[in-house]
Amino acid sequence: MGEADAYLDMDLLRFTTAGSVDDGKSTLIGRLFHDSKAIFEDQLEAIERSSRKRGDDNVNLALLTDGLRAEREQGITIDVAYRYFATPRRKFIIADTPGHVQYTRNMVTGASTANLALILVDARNGVVEQTRRHTFIADLLGIKHVAVCINKMDLVGYKEEAYHQIVAEYRDFVSRLENVTELTFLPISALKGDNVVERSENMPWYEGPPLLYHLENVYVGSDANHVDARFPVQWVIRPHSDEHHDFRGFAGRVAGGVFKKGDEVTILPSGFSTRISRILSGSEERENAFFPQSVTILLKDEIDVSRGDMIVKPNNQPKISQDLDSRICWFSASRKLSRGGKFIFRHTTKEAQAIVSEINYKVDVNTLRKVEEIDGFEMNDIGRVMLRVSQPVFHDAYRSNRNTGSFILVDPFTNETVAAGMLR
Amino acid sequence: MTNYNLTHLHQLEAEAIFILRETAAQFERPGLLFSGGKDSIVMAHLAQKAFSPSRIPFPFVHVDTGHNFPETNEFRDSFVEELGVQLIVGSVEDSINRGTTTEESGPDASRNALQSVTLLETIEQETLDACLGGGRRDEEKARAKERFFSHRDAFGQWDPKNQRPELWNLFNGRKGPGENFRVFPLSNWTEMDVWQYAKLEQIALPGLYFAHEREVLERNGSLLAVTDFVTPRENESSATETVRFRTIGDATCTGAVRSSASNLEEVISEVAASRVTERGNRADDRRSEAAMEDRKKQGYF
Ligand SMILES: Nc1nc2c(ncn2[C@@H]2O[C@H](COP(=O)(O)OP(=O)(O)O)[C@@H](O)[C@H]2O)c(=O)[nH]1
Repeated sequence: MGEADAYLDMDLLRFTTAGSVDDGKSTLIGRLFHDSKAIFEDQLEAIERSSRKRGDDNVNLALLTDGLRAEREQGITIDVAYRYFATPRRKFIIADTPGHVQYTRNMVTGASTANLALILVDARNGVVEQTRRHTFIADLLGIKHVAVCINKMDLVGYKEEAYHQIVAEYRDFVSRLENVTELTFLPISALKGDNVVERSENMPWYEGPPLLYHLENVYVGSDANHVDARFPVQWVIRPHSDEHHDFRGFAGRVAGGVFKKGDEVTILPSGFSTRISRILSGSEERENAFFPQSVTILLKDEIDVSRGDMIVKPNNQPKISQDLDSRICWFSASRKLSRGGKFIFRHTTKEAQAIVSEINYKVDVNTLRKVEEIDGFEMNDIGRVMLRVSQPVFHDAYRSNRNTGSFILVDPFTNETVAAGMLR
Repeated sequence: MTNYNLTHLHQLEAEAIFILRETAAQFERPGLLFSGGKDSIVMAHLAQKAFSPSRIPFPFVHVDTGHNFPETNEFRDSFVEELGVQLIVGSVEDSINRGTTTEESGPDASRNALQSVTLLETIEQETLDACLGGGRRDEEKARAKERFFSHRDAFGQWDPKNQRPELWNLFNGRKGPGENFRVFPLSNWTEMDVWQYAKLEQIALPGLYFAHEREVLERNGSLLAVTDFVTPRENESSATETVRFRTIGDATCTGAVRSSASNLEEVISEVAASRVTERGNRADDRRSEAAMEDRKKQGYF
């Protein structure tokens, strides 16, 4: 394979970044972009102009990751921004989220699609409340890989003890988490470039790889659930043409597991069983389909199937229930979540109504303690509630499958997305 | 054990197809904004895959500035015929004649900004409730926070503070009367991904994207093609050069680059080595750093 075809071997890593204000997140992203040549000259010129206008002495690489004008003027980032860069091995999608207290919702949003969380700690300050909050959210959202970058090592004389003390502090509280399976610590200086792209000569005591190498090589292939086969039907393809007179294809994205041609399958909610006769990707025939492919499945028998139904295997079925035990993060600034609240419930390709039947507790994201006997949730609150849904929901625990274990709540009057939920 | 990893291009493809199907399912009358540029051609290719063997279940919408390269319209017409989809053309010229918008004046007048008005008029006339666009988040700073499902109020405006959070694969396309959405299936693609995918899938692109000889002139740092709409002014001279385009839009402000890349493979190598973004060649974006953000708020794609 020639150099020009190397991209046929590249894969994708989605990661989220978090850190308190001034921990150096923007500088780090700027550095990754700069050193991997993802910054273009015209972008560099634009930030040079802005830096001069603001009266900054140096070109502020952090400006590169600053999105909208209002924010640029206020000098803060207020939302999730997505950024892209690539090396010959991997394409990276960064969900860049701000570190302010009030923006838990952005962090939850950014973490929902990420494979890895990159958490910044200022070497001078060690583990602070925000570090714990970011880690808690990464874990809650089912992220399995956490890379803790202990930044500004240049300001603590590149000392090994400073690093080890923070590692120990971090390990101490992380032992309480559920989902994180791989924890990596890296001593870096985003400003000077130590251990970002190149291995640092200032910290010979550190034996691990630099950050970019870690990001390029971390194995995320087994994160998805390839065991429990789930196919939420998204759209029914019926061409009504002479050529494809009897064609009925069920289009969707595999949410888990593997489907093969000839497999025996069960359709929910009807419960009818049949076999897969064909699997198509566009007009191409496939032998199998797995997460996260978008395909079209054809069945041997003519069965009534529509959007919101789920194709599964007869001997491996999801949970089916109208009462859902869930963890939610409340997003709305204008409305409070309270018992009896009614919402539109969106889960896989299904839409239904839901009522909040019980509010159990919320979690203080700073101390990670439960707060019981509360009457509702306000913006950025995270906690546990029971929902009663108007139809049976085919689902799995979020821990075992992010796609069939997640939902959102929509306000029926404003149509806004007011909550993100994870099923137990 | 079998390997269940997908390459980055196949993951992006799967995601875009999911978004296209979700658009068909959640909206009553979507339309696909087709400019004749590579992003909209790739999007159309993905739409064909998403609904095969059916026809694409929505019309194509072309906002015609009247300042197209002739090649763009030829390509558009044969492409649409081959796919068997309906084509709706909204004409900026008509909006000007109706008096709903006025031609910019001055030496650097362009019709790019006027497209917003024509687009909103077309949306209203055709009662479209979602418009699929080929916009990508890597194109421009203001797009980095754009959603896949981007809500527009009844005036067609985009409010960066009032966008819905998007989590997992769950997209909320619910809307009030008069409101509509822009949907961007290629949000997570970069320029490079688009070229690579075009090569992988052997997607035919207009000849403008590949090196050819053309009469050009240099203006405000951009290399513009000499056409009926762009002619040399005093102190300017034109010359025939070997060029190609990285984006195709309004001929009055789409800059060409000097290049000898004559096929996708060579274009990919050139883009990989390039030190300027594709929008760096667009005169309209150069006006100010916040240019794009302003146009978006007014309903620009
Ligand atoms: N000495 C030193 N300063 C750093 C380092 N990383 C970031 N900074 C500085 O810390 C300040 C905040 O950085 P910034 O990237 O804007 O932080 P953010 O708020 O997390 O995005 C800036 O003045 C940076 O120059 C580092 O590794 N060493």
